[in-house]
Amino acid sequence: MDFQDYQGVWVFIEEKDGAVASVSLELLGAGRKLADKRGVELAGVIIGEHIKHLSKTIFEYGADIAYVYDDPIFKNYRTESYMKALLDCSAKHKPEIILYGATSTGKDLASAVATDLPTGLTADTTELDVEEATGLLLASRPAFGGNIMATILCKKYRPQMATVRAKVMKALPPEPGREGRIVEESILLREEDIRTKVLEIVKETTKKVRIDEADIIVAGGKGLGSAEGFQLVHQLAETLGGAVGASRDVVEAGWIEHAHQIGQTGVTVTPKIYIALGISGAIQHIVGMKNSGLIIAINNDPEAPIFESCHYGIVGDAFEIVPMLIEQLSEVMSREGVSHV
Amino acid sequence: MHIVVCVKQVPDTKIIKINPKTNTLDRRSAPAILNPYDAHAVQEAVKLKQALGQGKISVLSMGPPQATEVIKKSIEIGADEGYLISDRAFAGADTLATSYALSKALEKIAAKHPIDIVICGKHAIDGDTGQVGPGIARRMDIPPITNVIEVTKFDKENRIILVKRKLTNGYEELEVQLPCLLTVEKEINQIAYSPLPNMIRAARYKPNIWSVGDLEAVDKAQLGLKGSPTVVGKMFTPPKLDGGKLLEGAVDEQVKQLIEVLSERKELLNVK
Ligand SMILES: Cc1cc2nc3c(=O)[nH]c(=O)nc-3n(C[C@H](O)[C@H](O)[C@H](O)COP(=O)(O)OP(=O)(O)OC[C@H]3O[C@@H](n4cnc5c(N)ncnc54)[C@H](O)[C@@H]3O)c2cc1C
Ligand SMILES: Cc1cc2nc3c(=O)[nH]c(=O)nc-3n(C[C@H](O)[C@H](O)[C@H](O)COP(=O)(O)OP(=O)(O)OC[C@H]3O[C@@H](n4cnc5c(N)ncnc54)[C@H](O)[C@@H]3O)c2cc1C
Repeated sequence: MDFQDYQGVWVFIEEKDGAVASVSLELLGAGRKLADKRGVELAGVIIGEHIKHLSKTIFEYGADIAYVYDDPIFKNYRTESYMKALLDCSAKHKPEIILYGATSTGKDLASAVATDLPTGLTADTTELDVEEATGLLLASRPAFGGNIMATILCKKYRPQMATVRAKVMKALPPEPGREGRIVEESILLREEDIRTKVLEIVKETTKKVRIDEADIIVAGGKGLGSAEGFQLVHQLAETLGGAVGASRDVVEAGWIEHAHQIGQTGVTVTPKIYIALGISGAIQHIVGMKNSGLIIAINNDPEAPIFESCHYGIVGDAFEIVPMLIEQLSEVMSREGVSHV
Repeated sequence: MHIVVCVKQVPDTKIIKINPKTNTLDRRSAPAILNPYDAHAVQEAVKLKQALGQGKISVLSMGPPQATEVIKKSIEIGADEGYLISDRAFAGADTLATSYALSKALEKIAAKHPIDIVICGKHAIDGDTGQVGPGIARRMDIPPITNVIEVTKFDKENRIILVKRKLTNGYEELEVQLPCLLTVEKEINQIAYSPLPNMIRAARYKPNIWSVGDLEAVDKAQLGLKGSPTVVGKMFTPPKLDGGKLLEGAVDEQVKQLIEVLSERKELLNVK
């Protein structure tokens, strides 16, 4: 394999409700940095039906090239059809790096593509960098077995691939009118050759917890002792008009549903205020909330690692502090006339 | 109908504790368990077999000799047969090499009893990549369906199943031709209590154990550490956030300071 033949950084572009998904915009931002460091072009691969117009958006967010596969057969995501398009594109244009969002679609597609290429695939990356001289992708993810990160490398194969968590990279501010090159591609695929059919897509309209969209999150950990103790989290969240989050241990204990779990195997959140009660601050939790605007931690162990990842910390018993906080907060806010409800 | 479930032995991350001072994991305290998602995968196979009124369930694991424990656990849930591939040559495998080794074992199992469905967990709670299932499917050239939350219909005549696949904000219903591979979410079923005869059978059960030499046409260059394109480079502690500050003073003093901090963002607060 001649590494010289492999050039450029690619992002697999996901569509959501007719627009480019935010995770793809974030990856274009991250990809732009890698491409600039290597002095190469950044491309987006867009697969779907009637999706050519998305090129405009990806150029504004930093891409130089859009590889477009526009065909009715790509109307819905299916592993087999999308994989064949991506393999075709990769064989023709030979990228050095391909990034995917660590979404259900992105992970599914990347795992299949990696097996066929074949190449290495780093999962759920939370930090990305590239070696300027060699083009070696440095994709880091939390390592099992401690509060440490591991950098995963793929030295002997190209392209190098990684799935990247949503909300940990930053999209660039869009540059209206920024232009790029559209490369229209196609492959011959027959419906009969694809072994799955999408019968129906059902969007859940019921307003379920969307902690990934909340401005304020109060999250609780195992330190609250019991499902009853965890009510403290609900109380403070209600006072502040925020959403409720939890550590994995709390979810496994059954105090709250998985939809509230924050971290590597839960949701990544970036609220403006994040308050952690009785959470120790394991790396798998931290990667899910570290980009929050203001992080406040309350924990009775001064050595708890959460204090290394917060802006303000209080060492003490949550059951003593939080009720005081709720009381004084309500008082102050009503005095200042901030009470809305 | 032959269903094969891939099951992995993992350390119980609920019980093991990370020492916050040394940042290391106390492995001695880590009991090994059947990956929780794989328990649901076996349970789903049992459900399908019961609904069909016939069929055979095999389970396959790759790991050290102690991994026979997770095969026994699967027999308890209701599997009929168990296979363990265990060899130094498999050690250090990334997901590409793992799916290669497992697919070679599946090939050997299929030679005796053709496979209709392979079921994997959504992910293993230790490695946590979720990449092995789709990898196996590609190697067997069968369609992979990830994140399955329900098998709604099993059409034996036409060899088609209908499944619901979880999406970020809802689900999709798919029609899939057999053979296929499913990876399952926890909500797909509830683990039933094991009937006594299963427990007795599991206690006595001796799984088939294969080494590399027992598998056909294996390219050893694709196994284990050697066959793994990804390698773990450096390990590092993530940088601390700036501005980290422990508040000081008596508790009510600290609460007061915190309120001042929050008050700076009061446009966000929706205080009742
Ligand atoms: C592959 C993998 C993936 C994972 N994914 C996630 C994930 O997505 N999200 C996640 O959160 N975790 C995840 N984990 C688990 C993670 O490693 C930790 O085990 C978990 O986050 C710990 O939860 P905790 O902080 O609630 O509990 P603990 O670690 O038990 O911490 C409880 C804390 O509460 C404090 N405390 C006790 N009493 C009080 C009191 N009265 N007042 C104030 N403080 C008190 C204690 O000092 C302690 O620091 C994952 C682990 C692995 C191996
Ligand atoms: C810190 C660290 C980071 C890693 N990062 C990566 C990475 O980014 N990319 C990479 O390719 N590898 C990575 N690995 C290696 C990876 O953990 C191993 O390849 C592991 O054997 C399989 O991956 P998994 O545990 O993620 O399985 P998953 O893909 O999460 O497992 C999904 C399902 O596949 C089946 N399955 C998985 N393993 C077995 C088995 N041994 N026997 C039977 N069935 C099984 C089960 O049904 C399971 O539910 C990493 C390892 C470490 C220690």
